[in-house]
Amino acid sequence: MYKSLLCLRYLRTRYIALASIISMTLGVATMIVVNSVMDGFSTDMRTRLRGILADVIVETNSLDGEPVTKDIRNSIQRAVGDDIAGMTTTVEIYAMLSVQYGSQWQSKPVTLIGIDPATKATVGPLAQYLEHTKDNDIPNWELSPEAMAYRKEWTTRAQWMVDRWNHNPPPMEENEQVSFEEPVESNEPLPVPKFASDSKTASPFDQAPKPEATQKTNSTVNPFSNDLKASAFEKKEEQDPSSPLKGRVYIGYGLVSFPYEDPETGKTEMFQIVKPGDDVKISTVTAGQPPEPTHFNATVVDLFKSNMSEHDSSLVFCNLEYLQEMRSMIDPTSGEKAITSIQIKLKHPEDAAMVVSKLEEALPAGLFRVRTWEDKQGPLLAAVEVESAILNVLLFLIIAVAGFGILAIFFMITIEKTRDIGVLKALGASSNGIMSIFLSYGLALGLVGSGVGVIVGLLFVRYINEIEKAITWITGRKVFDQRIYYFPEISTHVNPMMVFWVAIGAMVIAVLASILPARKAARFHPVESLRYE
Amino acid sequence: MTETLSMPHPQLAAVAIEKAYRKDKHKVPVLRGIDVEVQKGEFLSIVGQSGSGKSTLMHLFGLLDSPDIGEIHLEGQRIDDLPDHARDQIRNRVFGFIFQFYHLLPELNLLENVLSPLMIRYSTWEYWKRKKQFRQDALEIIEKVGLSHRIKHRPSEMSGGEMQRAAIARALIAKPQILLADEPTGNLDSSTGKEIMDLLTSLNEQEQLTIIMVTHDNSIAAQAHRTVRLLEGQIEVLGKSHAASVPA
Repeated sequence: MYKSLLCLRYLRTRYIALASIISMTLGVATMIVVNSVMDGFSTDMRTRLRGILADVIVETNSLDGEPVTKDIRNSIQRAVGDDIAGMTTTVEIYAMLSVQYGSQWQSKPVTLIGIDPATKATVGPLAQYLEHTKDNDIPNWELSPEAMAYRKEWTTRAQWMVDRWNHNPPPMEENEQVSFEEPVESNEPLPVPKFASDSKTASPFDQAPKPEATQKTNSTVNPFSNDLKASAFEKKEEQDPSSPLKGRVYIGYGLVSFPYEDPETGKTEMFQIVKPGDDVKISTVTAGQPPEPTHFNATVVDLFKSNMSEHDSSLVFCNLEYLQEMRSMIDPTSGEKAITSIQIKLKHPEDAAMVVSKLEEALPAGLFRVRTWEDKQGPLLAAVEVESAILNVLLFLIIAVAGFGILAIFFMITIEKTRDIGVLKALGASSNGIMSIFLSYGLALGLVGSGVGVIVGLLFVRYINEIEKAITWITGRKVFDQRIYYFPEISTHVNPMMVFWVAIGAMVIAVLASILPARKAARFHPVESLRYE
Repeated sequence: MTETLSMPHPQLAAVAIEKAYRKDKHKVPVLRGIDVEVQKGEFLSIVGQSGSGKSTLMHLFGLLDSPDIGEIHLEGQRIDDLPDHARDQIRNRVFGFIFQFYHLLPELNLLENVLSPLMIRYSTWEYWKRKKQFRQDALEIIEKVGLSHRIKHRPSEMSGGEMQRAAIARALIAKPQILLADEPTGNLDSSTGKEIMDLLTSLNEQEQLTIIMVTHDNSIAAQAHRTVRLLEGQIEVLGKSHAASVPA
């Protein structure tokens, strides 16, 4: 009884001991914050990686792809048909994306993925990532009415410019707004002028347009594609010059936007150089040996924003069939279309490993590689895990250091309390009783220290983005730069078990640190203690 | 010593006690062969100069220390060689201690200080069960020592005389058989000292409480039934004739 009473009184009267546990509080809070942020980071990254990929991915070893024959479909169905919740086929290839901004062309390396939006949406949350598609809609390649109106507007203006140019070319020296690479004669077919004042320019002509393409003004597609297709395309073009091209793409948001600081307000805003309805140019290679360069124009249908900056600044989704056509992946005799990967969503994602091994057996060896999305992103996920483990070790050392602080202060307190210990012994308290006073004092300090630490840590996690803004405002330096990290804001995930173990760990350290002083106190000789002044 | 031989057992006895302290490498003898017997209800004073070993003798009586040679007997039973937990219990139940510097626990108020021997004796559960009774007892004892107006006060808020009364109340709460007082008036002015002595005398007379008091003040010692005078670790003169008035 006296033990808990004295322990409580010491807690209330010895503020120096409370100071000693501040480092413990900070250690606990930091551990909770760091773990929550790392956990949030990896959880978010996992969801997003998985959103882009699927539970299981079957890839061809060759970029040329393999036709998905009936046999392959059947063997997949037979092997894992019951586990499949959704499946889609894609063509994945490296490509260059060229976008015109002002009078300048910008080319960027991208990963071009040919998809069928409707089936792709069954394996991952594609619609969520599309800026102008509602979450519930099944994504498709149709332009939205706004995009259509926008397209109509700029194509009309471009057409008007071309017409005007053709009829009454301005003298070159006055024509500062128009930038041609070389002077052209007025009766020659003309490329679409590029307007410095208008960033949204028309789909450009290629430098050497074929004669028939000259009538189509801006919407020419791939002059190198075979004549049959080109003429089939022309008919459509003639009906309406503003109708979208056959190639349609979703472009990663990061590819066509950049941060821009408004000189008046000082705020950083994202400046977007391409809108749905614009045209872009894509260059890639054909299937077959050797790969031949090929390029085509495509109309932007939507912007893709997964909030994972690596994906947003490298992925371009294109309509699968058109890509297969452009890359000559369609067998001219059988009409079979080759693909480079099959993405499978499982009914039970935790069975992924089992499904992978079943598929490996079922599919012809050497042609396909079957992996889970985690295997595919292994190094990235492993890096995050290693980082988090090392940080945990380091932060736990902070708590251990706090333990030494408690040890030192406890020694001080036992010396200060020497006489009282003598009195207690004279009154009949046992050595174990004396020891347990100080042990429970240590435990109580640990409880307070880690309790406050948990509260501080959780509050910090809760308001981490506000705190980040405040620190940014105070220091004038951006703490969390969205351009560097994967996410637009710091995401956190609090794991209750982690909080529990951190708190327990801190308490154990506090108790361990008080064992030595408590034993020393218990061994005090009563007579000497009573004499102690 | 011879006069007690006829008794079956003295209540408390020191038999041929020797005790030395080690100071660095030197052995400093403090007690060199002491024999004292204390009868039930006796008020014994031990006097001597500083360093004569009187406090050490009292500590040995109270089992706060063990003799190098010799034995301590309680009701004829040897108690100085008992295991620690048994000695703790005897200290708690048999003896009540009063110190020169009161030695109240500064974190506890008067009532809690007085109750502390009971808190030490009983487990938390048992203490809570009988808390009301204990509190009642404590209040009675506090009233007896005249501190009812101070029960919520901390030692630092009390005067020396009040603290010593509180210490006496603490020593009495466990209903001890023997009160061991080490210079109970040593830190008090003479009038306050007299009050404390009156209190001790009345306890001795009214409740037949055995009191062993250490003091260096002859006038204080004279209020006891018998005086044992220590000189350099040995008994110099036995108590005066008033020892005869010891109640049987």
